[in-house]
Amino acid sequence: MDTWLLILGMLVITFLTRYSFFAWPRLRFPHLVEQGLHYVPVAVLTAIVVPGMLMPTGEWALRWDNAYLLAGVLAIVIAALTRHLLATIAGGLVAFFLLRWAFGQLPI
Amino acid sequence: MSRSHEFLNGARDILPLVVGAVPFGIIFGTLASGAGLSPWQTMGMSALVFAGSAQFIAITLLAGGVGALVVLLTTFVVNLRHALYSASMQPFVRHLPAHWRMPLAFWLTDEAYAVIQHRYAREDDSRYKHWFFLGAGLAMYLNWQASTAVGIAFGRAVPDLASWGLDFAMIATFIGIAVPMMRTRPQVASAAVAALVALATWSWPYKLGLIAAAIGGIVVGVWLERRASAEKGALA
Repeated sequence: MDTWLLILGMLVITFLTRYSFFAWPRLRFPHLVEQGLHYVPVAVLTAIVVPGMLMPTGEWALRWDNAYLLAGVLAIVIAALTRHLLATIAGGLVAFFLLRWAFGQLPI
Repeated sequence: MSRSHEFLNGARDILPLVVGAVPFGIIFGTLASGAGLSPWQTMGMSALVFAGSAQFIAITLLAGGVGALVVLLTTFVVNLRHALYSASMQPFVRHLPAHWRMPLAFWLTDEAYAVIQHRYAREDDSRYKHWFFLGAGLAMYLNWQASTAVGIAFGRAVPDLASWGLDFAMIATFIGIAVPMMRTRPQVASAAVAALVALATWSWPYKLGLIAAAIGGIVVGVWLERRASAEKGALA
């Protein structure tokens, strides 16, 4: 029973965080805040991607056999040149799995 | 575009992120029993909380014998970044009635946020972009339930999916979304600062480094943008 209460507590806390601003439809942000919110996607996504490439297992991996880094750099190049989401995902994933396979990092 | 079109596009666009989440759902389902959760409680946590990072940290804390209050407090801190997404999406959903805003908020994960803000940034006059939001959120949600269930049912019998590196699908997708957004100098600087802060704060617990990185990126972006427009104003 205690565990269920804990789960309900987590539900309430998580939901209230996600609903925090949706709850106030009449709220209009000041110009400065609105300007700042424009930077949320780029800042957050970059902050997830870059450590994911450089520290895929939680430790620095500036190594030539780091497929996350190499395929990630390739994906960045594809994205910058084509601005095409699907091409970036496909190119990045193909390169990633080919590299992992070549490095003997796949469990096959 | 019609409602069903938007809905299906949402489910389709989030697909790489859905695939990337499969190993984590399975691992969560496998590990939760070690923290004393019954199969129903494990399913219940995925179905009701629906927050991967918070769920993992919760079972780690529970396995370590930490009290419920600390788990709840940690959940709050780990999920703080969602308030940022909530603020960022508010201008796009505020016209919707509460019976739309509430479920959409429930499904507002990192992954959903990435593809949804990408959809809203495309300035066509579709009136049904919230159906895209719904499709993306539901696809992510159903997959999280299914992969948690697979983890519970088959546990360690599932081949080691984590070693495949399916999580790279998320990295590639986020790159594909973020890089084309870096069109102005403030945007590029914002990304660079966010990356540096994220690396420097990597050891911070509970995703606090991610928040620090986001705030760093936002402040630098706004600062440069304002400086540029002030210079323009001075020239004119």
